[in-house]
Amino acid sequence: MDTPPSPSLRIANILRQVRLTGEYPLLAEAIPYARFLGIGVENTTGEVLCRMRYAPMLIGNSSIPALHGGTLGGLLESAAIFELLLRTQTDRVPKIISITVDFLRSGRPQDTLAKATITRLGRRVANLQVQAWQEDRSRPIASANALFLVS
Amino acid sequence: MASDDTLPDDRRQMMESINRFLQDSVPHNHELGLRVEDLGVAEATMRLPYAEKLVGNPETGVLHGGAVTTLIDAACGISVFMKMARMARIATLDLRIDYLHPAAPGKDLLARAECYKLTRAVAFVRALAHHGDPANPVASAQGTFIIVED
Repeated sequence: MDTPPSPSLRIANILRQVRLTGEYPLLAEAIPYARFLGIGVENTTGEVLCRMRYAPMLIGNSSIPALHGGTLGGLLESAAIFELLLRTQTDRVPKIISITVDFLRSGRPQDTLAKATITRLGRRVANLQVQAWQEDRSRPIASANALFLVS
Repeated sequence: MASDDTLPDDRRQMMESINRFLQDSVPHNHELGLRVEDLGVAEATMRLPYAEKLVGNPETGVLHGGAVTTLIDAACGISVFMKMARMARIATLDLRIDYLHPAAPGKDLLARAECYKLTRAVAFVRALAHHGDPANPVASAQGTFIIVED
């Protein structure tokens, strides 16, 4: 008798495929919130980066205009999650323990890039540092430290 | 002279004007359906309606932390307005969020923020996110805002 595949199997399958083939866009497409914000995972420069494509609904302050801080927080956290999914052998989405976001400059109405770095990967906890920038990588607009439970 | 029976009217008016401000000037809050639920002297409670598009883990239906961040950031900002007793240009400097337990799938999330200290330049805030019972919080947050001169 046919039983539908369990959801965890589907995420595990997507991860296996992405790790095997490098089809990074599949990863972000599997996460509804990433799709909603327009976040994609790309590897156009030999480095895996997250990109949040600009859309007017990301604006938090119409008069400047500037991106909503919450969308930058969402991008930073997403970049950390994707980094963990790609760098470890986990087959489920890691659970966030805490995140501290520093807002460094206002986000202009344009694409934003993000890169997460795992600073420590323990048996149970992973620590990550994440940067987000727009045109100039040396002038980040937001950064974060995040902790995740990985088992 | 402020009397007890004028306060609820003031508060309702303030809620209406803040909700209108969010709808007109904060497209992302509007997109998420964020609404002011309650206001206090230096406090604000906001509601984030549950939506499939905000899910971070499709296996569990749990909201993405980014949506929780947006809700908390918005509630914190409005608590600063309440402490200042006016709307001003402010910007989030930093925000730390501890996830105490996962948000329940299908349920709206509330965030109650308090601006507990205001200086000329900086506002200090803390917040709890919950599903209706503040004694059982989903997330706890602490942040700072800069008051932009206006």
